[in-house]
Amino acid sequence: MLAPPAAGLQRRVSDLLYTRRGLLLLALLGPPLLWFGVIYLGSLFALLANAFFGLDDFTGQVVREFTLKNFVELTDPANLDVARRSITMAIAVTLACTVIAFPLAYYMARHASGAGKALLYIAVMLPLWSSYLVRLYAWKLLLAKEGAINWLAQQTHTAWLVEGLLSLPAIGGPSLSFSAIGTFIVFVYMWLPFMILPIQAAIERIPGSYIEASGDLGAGPAMTFFKVILPLALPGIAAGSIFTFSLTLGDYIIPQVIGDSTLYIGQVVYRQQGVAGNVPFAAAFSLVPIVVIGIYLWLAKRLGAFDAM
Amino acid sequence: MTTAVTLDGVSCVFGSPGHEVRAVDGVDLRIEAGEFFTLLGPSGSGKTTCLRMIGGFTLPTAGRVLIGGQDVSLQPPYARPVNTVFQDYALFPHMSIRDNVGYALMVRKVSKAERMKRADELLALVELGGVGDRRPAQLSGGQRQRVALARALISQPQVLLLDEPLGALDLKLREQMQSELKALQRRLGITFLFITHDQHEALSMSDRIGVFNQGKLEQVGTPQQVYDAPSTRFVAHFVGAANVLDGDVALRLAGRPSAMLRPERIRLGAAEGARATGAVREVQYFGAFTRIKVDAAGTLLQADLPGAAAAPLPAVGDAVHLHWDGGAVHALASGPSR
Repeated sequence: MLAPPAAGLQRRVSDLLYTRRGLLLLALLGPPLLWFGVIYLGSLFALLANAFFGLDDFTGQVVREFTLKNFVELTDPANLDVARRSITMAIAVTLACTVIAFPLAYYMARHASGAGKALLYIAVMLPLWSSYLVRLYAWKLLLAKEGAINWLAQQTHTAWLVEGLLSLPAIGGPSLSFSAIGTFIVFVYMWLPFMILPIQAAIERIPGSYIEASGDLGAGPAMTFFKVILPLALPGIAAGSIFTFSLTLGDYIIPQVIGDSTLYIGQVVYRQQGVAGNVPFAAAFSLVPIVVIGIYLWLAKRLGAFDAM
Repeated sequence: MTTAVTLDGVSCVFGSPGHEVRAVDGVDLRIEAGEFFTLLGPSGSGKTTCLRMIGGFTLPTAGRVLIGGQDVSLQPPYARPVNTVFQDYALFPHMSIRDNVGYALMVRKVSKAERMKRADELLALVELGGVGDRRPAQLSGGQRQRVALARALISQPQVLLLDEPLGALDLKLREQMQSELKALQRRLGITFLFITHDQHEALSMSDRIGVFNQGKLEQVGTPQQVYDAPSTRFVAHFVGAANVLDGDVALRLAGRPSAMLRPERIRLGAAEGARATGAVREVQYFGAFTRIKVDAAGTLLQADLPGAAAAPLPAVGDAVHLHWDGGAVHALASGPSR
């Protein structure tokens, strides 16, 4: 028979953790919960609490007294305009990302295999390995009047198409890099991986037998897509759209570098708390995306997007 | 009788050239209308690939598949007059049970009222009335299996394909479903093509059995034919327990170069007139019977002794005398090389 191992400190700690599972759980979950609860959520709530404070107009100091002044200010037409523009952009970017991501995600999940699949993964993730700013300025060069896209349009005699797009009211401008169309293109490019990966994961979870069963029961490919694949991929689309939607609503750098210099929510928040030093108003404005996404999630749940989860 | 399914020299080869796997290798088969036909074989023997080619989920690389006399070899699943009960049931998790069962009618644009009515009828047929509003996740494995059956039967297919549908159920439920499936098939008169690796299931349910091994059909016949007169050594071993004898032993004990003897045909008896004598090496108690293994001059013979045999059971080491009737020995066609 083997002698029992010496009862050292390590052994006693190991025994204690084995018999007291609660202690083990605490040791494992304590640090991340502390980080998440105190530092992450705590700072967020501290910021949001600021939304109910005011700014002394004379000294520029934050006055720690409850007021709804900031929320009244939000309904100012200029601010409503910013919110409306940001939300419209977020919706457009989310729709475009969904439409572009779905076929690729479907191919990755159901058809690609082996090296081809690994290559596709890398192709989707590769842009995330490089700096966001580098890619943003690369797009600025691509979209500029003397840039590659305009050059390509001229070579292929489709310059009229670009001109036509740019002459559209509200979203057009002097060149792609100075128009809302340009902002939209770059947003879609930046957030596309965040849409592809959740949809891919959702489609991969659909057992092949569901698709076979649908065909077996007489459904053609289109019917199978709309009745089985799409409903079961909805949680993935919902997850991806939360990323694309909230990232678009919160970003302040892309519309600053590429666009027609109209403001988006992120830029207003940035200016209010940085240049103007009006943290309370910035906090109030940053509540807008949170509320919008809350409503969006509630709607998605009502429409059954999470039923198949 | 008309033919429900015909396989005409059907082969299915997977993999790239040089690394080919012949999952199904030149199978010819005719399944008559109204038959309960079982494809029996070990996993990887090609029986499921065979069913998938009839359902249209896999296309044959050679040969033709005919359903009701129509060549459907290259038709997609939705164009074929067959339906399938999948091994994992494949119920749609985002639909109610009623919508699952009515799916085939929804596809055919049947009105909602009619669809719901028919779905409830089918659910009643499988004794699951009243669960129509629930989701698949809220049902037990046995109930899900019945829903899958109802869903596959609603459009009255010419042939119902069942891919190991009872594999996930526990023993009691499985036995109950076996007799219910059989009764349902008799009542509806639909051709059932059943896949299983369980020989008991195959023997007890089928009108005819096709035994698969390594992509080929080894034997097609009634359960009695397959059990009593297996045409190959594989069938003898795979369907039931068997003593397979070769060479000198077979000649001495059975008078043939290759033969099979079922263990339950062997009795213990007196030394006089015994066909073989030897020492007991192993005793296994199974309740209904006791299996002993006897070393008869170097050949291990299994004998199943009925539990009701009043005589005391032999113990390991005892010398016993084995008896059997001449008719109990079945000559095997193929030699020991297979």
